[in-house]
Amino acid sequence: MTISESDIYKALEQVMDPEIPVLSVIDLGMITGVSVEEAGVRVKMIPTFSACPAVDYIKQNIRTALEKALDTKVTVEIDREATWNSDRMAAGAHEKLKNFGIAPPQMRQGEEHAEIELHTACPHCDSENTYLRSPFGSTLCRAIHYCRNCGYVFEHFKPLG
Amino acid sequence: MTKNDALARMLTAMADDALIQGHRNSEWTGLGPIMEEDIAFSSMAQDKIGHAWALYRMLQEDLGGQDPDAFAFLRNEKDYKCCHFVEHPNGEYDFSLMRHFLFDHAEAIRYQQLRNSSFAPLRPLAEKLKGEIKYHTLHANAWITQLCRAGEESYARMQSALNTCFPLALGIFEPDEAAEAILVAEGVYPGEKQLKEMWVDRIYNLCAAAGLNLPAEDGVTPAYGGRKGYHTEYLQPLLEEMGAVFRSDPQAIW
Ligand SMILES: [Zn+2]
Repeated sequence: MTISESDIYKALEQVMDPEIPVLSVIDLGMITGVSVEEAGVRVKMIPTFSACPAVDYIKQNIRTALEKALDTKVTVEIDREATWNSDRMAAGAHEKLKNFGIAPPQMRQGEEHAEIELHTACPHCDSENTYLRSPFGSTLCRAIHYCRNCGYVFEHFKPLG
Repeated sequence: MTKNDALARMLTAMADDALIQGHRNSEWTGLGPIMEEDIAFSSMAQDKIGHAWALYRMLQEDLGGQDPDAFAFLRNEKDYKCCHFVEHPNGEYDFSLMRHFLFDHAEAIRYQQLRNSSFAPLRPLAEKLKGEIKYHTLHANAWITQLCRAGEESYARMQSALNTCFPLALGIFEPDEAAEAILVAEGVYPGEKQLKEMWVDRIYNLCAAAGLNLPAEDGVTPAYGGRKGYHTEYLQPLLEEMGAVFRSDPQAIW
């Protein structure tokens, strides 16, 4: 059986982020390239945060999942040419985040904008009557907001670039 | 001095600042005035130590440096190039917040400039780190503004912290003439003096908005020495604590 790039992407859709288990590494936009080589499959990826403690764990998960799905040797490497930003999330990832109870990131509007402070809609009631409590939450990618409409404190996947 | 030597000096200073400031941030874990502040300082600690690690790795991969862990934990005190500002103990919350404000704006400006560096490996890293530091400065600005409006004692303490921190913060921009001449000529970065001017412009406006008076630069003595390996009495005990576990068995696989 020859392996195609689309086989690799399909298998990658099954590799979930350990901190946000409803999003795959594809949903998050962490994959920058795949290739089929004589020695096996090669995957290039980028971490969401430079200090992300889960990078090695994710690399291992990708390797294990792909080796199982494709029955070949798999190499996963960090792509040092590319940097991750939150606009890289795949279509559909925002909806999945919201259903998981986390407000999705706003699209970035340039470096001087504090998108995080504006119109972060509550994932529970959709109200934009919210305010930023802290730009730091339970993981590096999350901020904490308060919804004045329904009274919930909710987490927000920060816009990052 | 070769260009690579000059680059290594600059990256080591940046990484050591991030490592030591990260360690200081981590000392607030569990002690912050409210839990959200515990989380904030812990997150910023993780970011900073991650930034230090990325820079140590760049030193290793692009400039023939040592293993990042060994370099972070096994050097002698005089081989660290951090500024005095990050070495000082956390003190009270006013000092910590003011240091966080002044230091993170300095980092934000440095990485903004390094995005256009002629040293290619720095460009994507600077882009990434700048995006992360944006949240550090956002956090600092919010607290500085809030505490300056929170009554007489609170305002007085913030002004006093600014007076204490400003000469120390100028030490971030301690010149390193020989290395800087090469780095500026090669287009690696604009040099410390120019970064400092951009930083003063920015914090002057932010301080004014909060009602704080930024001390005059010519009335204070900048805390220099760190970039040349002369440190405060606070660094050695910090290094001993920070590296104790690593040094107990440097060969261990974790
Ligand atoms: Zn709500």
